[in-house]
Amino acid sequence: MNDGLLRVLGPQVLAALVRRGTDFAAAEDAVQEGLLEAHQAWAEGRPDDPKGWLLTVAARKLIDAHRSDAARRRREDAAFREREAGPTEQADDTLLLLFMCCHPALSPASAVALTLRAVGGLTTKEIADAFLVPEATMAQRISRAKRTVAGQSFTQPADVAVVLRVLYLIFNEGYTGRIDLAAEAIRLTRQLAIECDEPEVAGLLALMVLHHARGAARIDEHGALVPLDRQDRSRWDTTEIAEGIRILQTALARDRRGEYQIQAAIAALHDDAPSPDDTDWQQILAWYDELVALTDNPVAALSRAVAVGEVDGPLAGLRATDGLDVRLLGHHRLDAVRAHLHEKAGHLDTAAEHYARAAAASRSTAERDHLAKQVARLRTARR
Amino acid sequence: MPKYLLLKHYRGGPEPTPNFAPMSEWTEDEVTAHIAFQREVGRMLSARGEFVDAQALSPEGTYVRYGGPDAAPVVTDGPFPEAKELIAGWFLVDVDSEARAHEIAAHVSSAPGQGGQPIYEWIEVRPVMGNAPAVTE
Repeated sequence: MNDGLLRVLGPQVLAALVRRGTDFAAAEDAVQEGLLEAHQAWAEGRPDDPKGWLLTVAARKLIDAHRSDAARRRREDAAFREREAGPTEQADDTLLLLFMCCHPALSPASAVALTLRAVGGLTTKEIADAFLVPEATMAQRISRAKRTVAGQSFTQPADVAVVLRVLYLIFNEGYTGRIDLAAEAIRLTRQLAIECDEPEVAGLLALMVLHHARGAARIDEHGALVPLDRQDRSRWDTTEIAEGIRILQTALARDRRGEYQIQAAIAALHDDAPSPDDTDWQQILAWYDELVALTDNPVAALSRAVAVGEVDGPLAGLRATDGLDVRLLGHHRLDAVRAHLHEKAGHLDTAAEHYARAAAASRSTAERDHLAKQVARLRTARR
Repeated sequence: MPKYLLLKHYRGGPEPTPNFAPMSEWTEDEVTAHIAFQREVGRMLSARGEFVDAQALSPEGTYVRYGGPDAAPVVTDGPFPEAKELIAGWFLVDVDSEARAHEIAAHVSSAPGQGGQPIYEWIEVRPVMGNAPAVTE
């Protein structure tokens, strides 16, 4: 009597799982296992919501399968880990693996690939798809990285900053293919934060979560970039914002500031503003002052100029970009920022020229398209 | 990681360098050695996890454009004007940096030609547009 119902429910649940993005074969296995369990469990009485019951059980089977897959991959990668490290505490697995996968002897691309494979539990095919390279190339990159790491000593204390840099790189890749690398980076950083009590780890996690919260508003229905001041803030994820702010506040209370905490603080101030006009630029500028003093990073100095433009006016903002030409030679963002500031100052022709130059120098299609539209907007306004 | 297209040309680009005699003037062994070198570059890029694609293009081709409403496409056969640059093929690589792309291009340019000497061919290096970074402020 349950058989007929299960025969109907099985495909429905399978379809539901596939629609959620689950791999068909894995979903099929999970549903089969769920059906077996239902046969036994329902013999004594059918649940109130049979479809929901089956969906829940199948989803759990999927998670179990994923975990055992991930565990198997970790075991494969553990051979070289245990040789140097000896018996390890289970709880420190992520930390230890991250130190290995982000070893300074590896190039950034290799560290990113190895981290996603060995710690993230992604398949080589998934990582290859994410970076739009052939699977064979990614397999070579990963095995080469493993060989490099195998020859390294792990007796010296590893540098958390190098690990954070790699996680930041993964996050910044965002949505390249079928894999949401931003979400994957958050998951890995979360794992690291559990094991590593460094304010900068929490700072990076907060930074990622506070940016991820705006994900849905960042891209419009045509796939075009939407700048911060044009985003529909009702689409920001308030749960993520609250979490990011909580993590950040705990980190800042330790009074050991670093670049990720400061960047997170700036992101938090943007996330906290109900509208662009409500943005606390004074505080944002204070954080940029601290960031530039700490890192001497020209890109940070450029972002600071935008904040100066908001606080002291566009001409002051333009003056703040003086001296960045040599250090940001050919960087499209210098022209993009100057264009923005010139437009605010009413210099529409100059603004259009800078936007056009920024569009030509941009290395991403989404940014190029956005900048080209600004040129068109300003030139149309002049007619 | 950034991708770069390393373009090889039949003609066009900056001033040709000393050993740029066309392949039609090489001996068979020189041609064989040159092709073997290209294959080896592909293998090296694969082994380093940098290879995305490699193709050679026929020098023959056509220009095609929309002919307008209810009209057939306009097709123009070669030969194209001599001054026009002509792409011969490419390596598409996925690398850590522009510096590495330049290093690979210089290696590709060292392919053996006449007398087994490097041909010093100009390789055009073009960045491939990627995704916008997630953190921009």
